[in-house]
Amino acid sequence: MNDTGFLYDAPGPRARRRILAASVLSGLALVAAVAWIVVRFNDRGQFVSDLWLPFDDPSVWSTILEGLGNTLKAAAMAIAFAITFGAVLAAGRLSDHAPVRWVANLVVEVFRAIPLLIMMIGLFAAFPESLGPLWSVVIALTLYNGSLLSEVFRAGVNGVPSGQREAAFALGLRKTQVMTLVLLPQAVRTMLPVIISQCVVTLKDTALGRIVTYQELLLAGGTIEVTYQNYVPTTVVLGAIYIALNMSVSSIAQLAQRWLSRARKGAPVVPAATIEDAVA
Amino acid sequence: MGFLWDNHTVILDAFGEGLILSGWAALFALVTGTLLAVMRVSPVPPLRWTGTAYVSVLRNTPLVLCFMVFTSAIPHLGFTAEPLTWAIWALSAYTAAFVCEAVRAGIMSVPRGQAEAARAVGMTFGQSMRLVILPQALRAAVPPLGNTMIAMWKNSTVAAGFGVAEGAGALHDLLNEYADKIWTLFIGIAVGYMVVVFVISAVFRLIERTWRYA
Repeated sequence: MNDTGFLYDAPGPRARRRILAASVLSGLALVAAVAWIVVRFNDRGQFVSDLWLPFDDPSVWSTILEGLGNTLKAAAMAIAFAITFGAVLAAGRLSDHAPVRWVANLVVEVFRAIPLLIMMIGLFAAFPESLGPLWSVVIALTLYNGSLLSEVFRAGVNGVPSGQREAAFALGLRKTQVMTLVLLPQAVRTMLPVIISQCVVTLKDTALGRIVTYQELLLAGGTIEVTYQNYVPTTVVLGAIYIALNMSVSSIAQLAQRWLSRARKGAPVVPAATIEDAVA
Repeated sequence: MGFLWDNHTVILDAFGEGLILSGWAALFALVTGTLLAVMRVSPVPPLRWTGTAYVSVLRNTPLVLCFMVFTSAIPHLGFTAEPLTWAIWALSAYTAAFVCEAVRAGIMSVPRGQAEAARAVGMTFGQSMRLVILPQALRAAVPPLGNTMIAMWKNSTVAAGFGVAEGAGALHDLLNEYADKIWTLFIGIAVGYMVVVFVISAVFRLIERTWRYA
């Protein structure tokens, strides 16, 4: 942990002994807590190997995979629509026309403040036939995440140094050209990690679909739990799936960040001093 | 409006339940999250690992799964409790991970000279945390913590799926009874949530202003 190293000195012999003692004590407390939980579950028969047997059954896995497929489908649709909606809202909020800005700002403020679940329940109740569970989930996620993303887009575009914009206008580019040719390509770099971490949030939020009867992963898991009465094993499996999924998305975000910072270093600008030196 | 007034006891009770849930969860999450943040920066490796593991697990699982753990798995440890109690546990456990990240970012933003000066006058890790680092870190963490608390208030709606009669539950139940009043109900309850969101953000702005460096 280099980054927190400044909070304490490099330990001397006494501090090292103290850290060791604290490590042993806290390690023991941790082991004791885990052991206590395991023993409790074991006493109640939740660790019996029979309870894991359902996961040997292909039909259980087909239920899980179907749920996982639905989760991914809703997440992918919601992310695609949210990015589009967010881009439109951001364009509105950056517009030169005040009324367009007001409307876009109002939309963002409203959809950011309404809980997702309320939107899902409302949409599902208002249009039970025409929307169905999937579209209720997707539309609610789109409205909510689109509003959040519009904030990210706006901040990204505003974060580009103002000289870029002024230079582009000075060259005679038009408003749209300045945005698409100069500002956006630079803004995307700074925004990409945030957009990807918003994807993790969206993926997690599809789980709310369970409450409006969308057949996603957790609803599928719920039926397995109830059928086989294996609460702990099912929870462990479901948790592992989500964590694996989200961590891989997050690592894509890290990769993207590293790739982008390398891309920036890729073509170094020749420092002014060197040019002068060369001339002199 | 008339329709909402006719059902105002149901709706207000529901919001009361949601506020009780969020209030307790806020308290527990702030305390646990701060402790986790201290664990994550402490010199003791097992504590650091525990903090890191907790945050990465909880941040990567959906809140609904967290609720499922507390309402279907933990009761198999042989505990019984009201749905509201389990909901407070689930919401606190989930939010604590986000509080931890906000506070940790706050700790990172404290200039390193502060920690060095605290050590130079002979403070232990605990003392420098308690007296020097955390008071400044928490101040820097106020705006992100405000966002976390707003998210938590909105997340408290998930409890409706697990037997707590709060706002989303009231919307759900009233919709079953009065399907034709959908828009009145939806707008009424959505506005209720928005009002609380604006109150929370106003409170945090006030805290931010009063705690600002002199």
